[in-house]
Amino acid sequence: MAAKRPKLAVWKFSSCDGCQLSLLDCEDELLAVAEAVEIAYFLEATRAEVRGPYDVSLVEGSISTPHDAERIHKVRRKSRALITIGACATAGGIQALRNFHDVDDFVRSVYAHPEYISTLAKSTPIQDHVPVDFELRGCPIDKFQLLEVLNAFLNGRKPNIPRHSQCVECKLSGTVCVMVAKGEPCLGPLTQAGCGNLCPSCDRPCYGCFGPKETPNTASLADWSVRCLGRDERQVRHMFRAFTAYAEPFRKESEAHE
Amino acid sequence: MSRPVATADVRTIDREGLDALIRALGAQGRRVIGPVLRDGAIVTGPVTSVDDLPAGVVDHQEAGGYHLEGQGNGALFHHGVGPHTWKRYLYPPVRTLWTARRVRRGFETTPNAEPTPRQAFLGVRGCDLAALSALDRVLRDGPYADPCYAACRAEALVIAVNCTRPGGTCFCVSMGGGPKVAAGYDLALTELPGEDRHVLLVEAGSEAGAALLAGLPSEPADRAALAAAEARLAEAVDSMGRDMIPDVAQVLRDGLTSGHWDDVARRCLSCANCTLVCPTCFCSTVEDVTDLTGGEARRERRWDSCFTLDFSYIHGGHIRRGGDSRYRQWITHKLAHWHDQFGTSGCTGCGRCITWCPVGIDITEEAKAIKNREGRT
Ligand code: SF4
Ligand code: SF4
Ligand code: SF4
Ligand code: SF4
Repeated sequence: MAAKRPKLAVWKFSSCDGCQLSLLDCEDELLAVAEAVEIAYFLEATRAEVRGPYDVSLVEGSISTPHDAERIHKVRRKSRALITIGACATAGGIQALRNFHDVDDFVRSVYAHPEYISTLAKSTPIQDHVPVDFELRGCPIDKFQLLEVLNAFLNGRKPNIPRHSQCVECKLSGTVCVMVAKGEPCLGPLTQAGCGNLCPSCDRPCYGCFGPKETPNTASLADWSVRCLGRDERQVRHMFRAFTAYAEPFRKESEAHE
Repeated sequence: MSRPVATADVRTIDREGLDALIRALGAQGRRVIGPVLRDGAIVTGPVTSVDDLPAGVVDHQEAGGYHLEGQGNGALFHHGVGPHTWKRYLYPPVRTLWTARRVRRGFETTPNAEPTPRQAFLGVRGCDLAALSALDRVLRDGPYADPCYAACRAEALVIAVNCTRPGGTCFCVSMGGGPKVAAGYDLALTELPGEDRHVLLVEAGSEAGAALLAGLPSEPADRAALAAAEARLAEAVDSMGRDMIPDVAQVLRDGLTSGHWDDVARRCLSCANCTLVCPTCFCSTVEDVTDLTGGEARRERRWDSCFTLDFSYIHGGHIRRGGDSRYRQWITHKLAHWHDQFGTSGCTGCGRCITWCPVGIDITEEAKAIKNREGRT
């Protein structure tokens, strides 16, 4: 039985490691994970390396250097199922804010020796480079969703990861809407659910960490924020430029408020 | 609710009397749920004494907006309905239906055997009584009865309150369900906050309600109090924030290809808030969840909405891809097709969907717009 455990690999590209840590954070469930799969490659947790191919690869991080862009093809070739995890891997991450400016300007102003810096002009999500079997959103991902996706892949079923709005989570848990009751623009109606209602339940609007929901109507929310909630163009632009700024619907909306 | 009583004497109780009622319900082993203040809104939550109620707080509601304000007179029920509905306590947002365990051949299932909660709902408005009766037709008396709903409903006492201060988005008068509560309650209260005496009129609507009332310190209601209550209710009828066009069902049936749906789609976020705050929307989905080894599984039911893309997924694709068809599904179901399906309207005029729509889309205005567009004015 043990010999037949599927092999799991966890890969890191340009990212903060937060999503990989979500897997380690599954304290109670980690033993079950370790029993159900052979953790074949996971530098954050163990130095032991088992050679590929791997049954399931979890990929964290965006493609932001020429080296990343090459390496992701190797990972794809070695993986039966490739699952991207987190806002970096699925939308380019917070580092994709540079995509709205000239990266050479940043490099020159930040580094003493810009000639040593090898970077791409844009930070892009994994699916722009290789085919992806499933995208798990979040900044960071939610550990229960991660377990759900692993469960689903190991059991050969479709993951229960809804693509509807964050508002659904608010309403299921009975949270009072901050947009309606406080007049704060909230990205929740445009954002995919999954965080477990973190910000609205702490009286904060949603910042869009889980990226665009299915069919997001960004223009309507932007319009309401300006017309009825007193926000200006700059504030609206900044609202869409956060952790998932380079996801296409959010990118286009922020550009419409340049 | 237990058996209704034919005629009932109206009595008055004071704040202490209401406190005694809450305690008496608690002594029956019931969880009392009523209006409480939380996160800048009046929501529903556990109530153990009259001090838990939002004394002297009034709400202001408009399309896409809600805020609270303090008011001097200490009234306990001078607010409209909030974002929560009673369906939460009868038809919970998420419920495990059964669990399963893999055995040598196939699997074995165990139904959810959670005990039925004994509850008492305090502060149920006329619109919400209408909503409970609409849900009864769907989830208890219809061909697809839900045993959990039916059991919870049978165990719940309903302490209604006559609305004397409707909200800015209310239109129960045009839907026929309020503001005066008509039937379907165990006890009905009408609050009369006064300078010197703050009293509540109480009427029993069932044997259980009458028995509770008999145990409370109360007095017969005098004529002045009865007249004051009538006057307040009449004022409430005249202060509805909205109204629904009377021929809405036909207008919508005739307007299925209206150009107005595109106009709504430009504004609608398909966020689903309207359906989830609606006291009568009953849609749900089921999901199967497994553990890592596939040895254990459970089936969960979760509230769903016709505003999500996946709601209309059938083999081959999604039927309602755009906001136009999703909004049309919602409004025509509530106001037209519900009649064909269940013999009543699916809308009680509570106004929640208007207040809690993040971009203030107003079901009464959209109905009017369809009518005007179709040239029926
Ligand atoms: S707080 Fe934000 S996410 Fe929650 S219901 Fe309101 S708009 Fe939606
Ligand atoms: S459709 Fe709107 S007004 Fe009508 S019952 Fe539902 S939430 Fe209330
Ligand atoms: S309006 Fe939509 S969510 Fe509400 S009951 Fe009808 S189909 Fe279901
Ligand atoms: S009508 Fe309003 S609450 Fe309903 S889905 Fe559209 S935007 Fe959301």
